[in-house]
Amino acid sequence: MEKNLQPIVENLEKTFGGPASEYRSDVTLIIPREKVVEACQQVKGLGFELMSALTAVDYWPEENPRFHVIYLFTSVSLNLRLGFRVPVPGVNPTIPSVSHIYHNANWRERELWDMFGIKAEGHPDLRRILMPADWEGHPLRKDYPLGYEEPQFTFNFEEIDLRKPYAKE
Amino acid sequence: MVALGEDESCPYEECMPDIFEVTVDDLKHLVSERAISGETMLLNMGPQHPSTHGVLRLLLELDGETVVNCIPDIGFLHTGVEKNMEAKTYQKAEVMTDRLDYLNTVGNNLAYSMAVEKLVGLDVPARAQGLRVILVELQRIASHLIWLGTAALDVAAMSTFLYCFREREDILDIFELVSGQRMMTTYIRPGGVWRDVPVEFEKAVRDFVKMMPKRVDQYEALLTRNPLFLDRTLGIGKISGEDALNLGMTGPGLRASGVNWDLRKARPYSGYEQYDFEVPTRTEGDVYARYLVRVQEMRESLRIIEQALNKLPMGPVRSNNRKYVPPPRSEIGVSMEALIHHFKLWTEGFNAPKGYIYSAVESPRGELGVYLESDGGPKPYRIHWRTPSFDNLQSLPLMAKGHLIADLVAIIGSIDIVLGDVDR
Repeated sequence: MEKNLQPIVENLEKTFGGPASEYRSDVTLIIPREKVVEACQQVKGLGFELMSALTAVDYWPEENPRFHVIYLFTSVSLNLRLGFRVPVPGVNPTIPSVSHIYHNANWRERELWDMFGIKAEGHPDLRRILMPADWEGHPLRKDYPLGYEEPQFTFNFEEIDLRKPYAKE
Repeated sequence: MVALGEDESCPYEECMPDIFEVTVDDLKHLVSERAISGETMLLNMGPQHPSTHGVLRLLLELDGETVVNCIPDIGFLHTGVEKNMEAKTYQKAEVMTDRLDYLNTVGNNLAYSMAVEKLVGLDVPARAQGLRVILVELQRIASHLIWLGTAALDVAAMSTFLYCFREREDILDIFELVSGQRMMTTYIRPGGVWRDVPVEFEKAVRDFVKMMPKRVDQYEALLTRNPLFLDRTLGIGKISGEDALNLGMTGPGLRASGVNWDLRKARPYSGYEQYDFEVPTRTEGDVYARYLVRVQEMRESLRIIEQALNKLPMGPVRSNNRKYVPPPRSEIGVSMEALIHHFKLWTEGFNAPKGYIYSAVESPRGELGVYLESDGGPKPYRIHWRTPSFDNLQSLPLMAKGHLIADLVAIIGSIDIVLGDVDR
């Protein structure tokens, strides 16, 4: 762990519980989801101006927690990185929105809703962002199948064409 | 096309799919009340608009010609790269990375390879590091050339476009020389590079480095003091450094707003710490500042390439760790063990240790990060691409507010979005 990251992490461990884990010099803290907003405010105050990434991992078929929401912060002034992981259960998955603290969380939380079905509570504009507005399901969940298309050749073109699912018929 | 009267029904109705419509009601919270009452106009721009650089759609609220609100609508180029990569082994997933940001293919390979190397703990030989830097910097110049050409075209400077594509061609020729491919190279692989460069490589790069500074001077002669270009760019699309950071903006856009943040300098990788180069910054934060930063970056990239070429050591270009990196072709014919490793790696792949990492590089557009999580198996359990354009584009509504539509075009150009990078 970098030297000037140590006091920051110790400080956060005291408030939000720890311990912080470290793997290949990436430092990650587990934050309970009720405290996400508070924790984000605190790290922003500590000099992490940039939220580099906000994404999630699906541990299906595990149910509690099914998801880990990942926040990655970068401090431009101190040249440090720090990550949060927020466990979220599979039933009614929600996280509090942090888009009022880090403005780029706006689209990133929309992506989280679109891809994982994790709702950001208090988000100003929670619509799908990458998939069409009427899409069903959340593609990056592990129980969402990866679709395949049968390759059509001259000899079986029509046979496959008959059973080929076209969009919205 | 037959015009339909009100009583006639569409003859093709049966075969027309139901189209789901997003109505203004769904977007009411994003536009001002004047748009609801009809005082301002809602106008659709894109996705098939030449100056949106691909398939970006913007919903504009206009007061006359002034942009009141700008609502970007993305996702037209969503290809599910993350989902697809989760279904492929680590080696096979790499070809998808070329297709993300198609103007920074080598840089994407580097970001991915570095993430895999960090996850499994692979060392990369010095020669491979040097080659990586040379190719990635060439790619940065190629990407900035496309940006310069198209952004200048957006503000009606036609000739720059043609000159920029001429020089980009030389860079693509170098890529073809080393990898056999002009764009989708997949040349940088986890553990090194695909194979050593041919002997002609050095001369080709030296010729390019010698020729290019004069060419950059030529572009600058066309634009930097051109009163028409200044009129269109000076003071347009301003953003402060603080706002830019808050909106997740990185790369030249951030540096043009006075924040000196370049991962090559701040958190060096691939041996960037050995090279002497400047990080160009400006404080104005407008379209013109972003132009100046990128042009200067091309010159700095040339400096890096020259130094990397001078320092390029001889030696292996691939890690010798056979558990993760396939053996060279020459060994397969004579060594049984090499053959086994080759077979194992290309059929079932390698098992990465359980864990998660985040690794980032400085792409021409900003921080290109890869979040990679492994469950101990041969495929990435989760891979997330933190693409710079996705966050950079979020700053567009703020920058465009209060400007004319014509300026909006210049602002989109100055952000340098690649829709493959935005939508993934």
